[in-house]
Amino acid sequence: MPRRLSGGVGAKLGVLFLLFCSSPVMAAAEGAVAPSSQGHVWWFWPLVLLIVTFVMGIFAVLGGVGGGVLFVPIISGFFPFHLDFVRGTGLLVALSGALAAGPGLLKMNLASLRLAIPVALIASACAIVGAMIGLALPTNIVQTALGATIIGICVLMVTAKKAEFPEVPKADKLSAALRIYGVYQEKSTGKTIDWKIHRTPQGLALFILIGVMAGMFGLGAGWANVPVLNLMMGAPLKISVATSKFLLSITDTSAAWIYLNQGCVIPMMVVPSLVGIMLGSFVGVRILAVAKPTVIRWIVIGMLGFAGIKALSKGLGF
Amino acid sequence: MADQHKATLEAGPEQILYAGILEKGMYFGLLILFITFAIYAFGIMKPYIPLDQISHYWSMNVHDYLEHAHIKTGWGWVGMLKYGDFLNFIGIAILAGVTIICYLSIIPMLLRGKDKVYAVLAFLEALVLSLAASGILAVGH
Repeated sequence: MPRRLSGGVGAKLGVLFLLFCSSPVMAAAEGAVAPSSQGHVWWFWPLVLLIVTFVMGIFAVLGGVGGGVLFVPIISGFFPFHLDFVRGTGLLVALSGALAAGPGLLKMNLASLRLAIPVALIASACAIVGAMIGLALPTNIVQTALGATIIGICVLMVTAKKAEFPEVPKADKLSAALRIYGVYQEKSTGKTIDWKIHRTPQGLALFILIGVMAGMFGLGAGWANVPVLNLMMGAPLKISVATSKFLLSITDTSAAWIYLNQGCVIPMMVVPSLVGIMLGSFVGVRILAVAKPTVIRWIVIGMLGFAGIKALSKGLGF
Repeated sequence: MADQHKATLEAGPEQILYAGILEKGMYFGLLILFITFAIYAFGIMKPYIPLDQISHYWSMNVHDYLEHAHIKTGWGWVGMLKYGDFLNFIGIAILAGVTIICYLSIIPMLLRGKDKVYAVLAFLEALVLSLAASGILAVGH
């Protein structure tokens, strides 16, 4: 019975997404990708943004991705807002989500401050560089690179494996010196898990690239943080996911300041997006209990793939 | 050496302190953001860019937007807080600034625990974020 229910919810959400894509809201959004959005009352676009980000918030939770990674390609692809403002807003959306989740994850000792501090220092410094590169490059180049990155993320989501408890035979010298290890209790089994990490220098080196990309595209970077922390450095999946979410609150802070200081923040875009994503996330968490994650994950991958192709075509001028 | 610091199920004191400040800052920032947005959207304070003209600006690139609207970059928004739209930047700045306060707050605790390496790393992070927040780093199309 629960299985039938979960499959049903997944299918209904899939239909909801298809209806959403063909709905007047998205049609209006796509049709209005024009230099100006005259002919609408001033609250039309903020309202559409609120509705779209609400749906996005639901799918972000169900698909296990951050709001930022859905927000930037979809909003820049189908809305009349310039990519500069979409990236600024996307960073604030990702930042708010991380700020909301961070304290709880730290208190539960699932997010590790000792693991996050060295990683965040590299990623946030590089996010500043990424933000500066992204704002200096012509929009079509950033949009093309964004499309390619989003398609790359889809491939990563399809192919990347996850290891709940990766085997770490021996902590490397750097992580041992920094005392990056911990203990947490796995609620589902009641087992106490001791964890440590390895390949720390290689992992830290990858965060240079992750930071640059996060700042350049305003995406948040959970999609890259988790595989590196989990598969490369060997942190357990729960620790990786929680630490990644917390990390975004630091990485996105540095990039968000660059966008804020360059004028890429329009409150009429930011607040409806934040409210929409937050409300959608609340609903998403409730649906998560009965929905079938695999179906949802494929829907999210489909959404991202579609938005990635749209960004590519927009960047290349097709 | 490392065995002297055995891991426990509970989060360390600096982690708890960090989480507490982050939580308070996040709630405070969001509250301010929602209040100031209501002031802006309901027209309680006059916006710098009239609401019916905002859609002309958001499709421009940021350089053109700043030029057409005569808006200064960096902390120029502080001088425009008398306008409803710029009032929203207070909440945004709190949300973007709380992490700096978190880092600065844990430094004394790390030093008391003789964790000099992490105290230095936390200081460097606060420095990096403050540099980003300072507005010194200028870019453009």
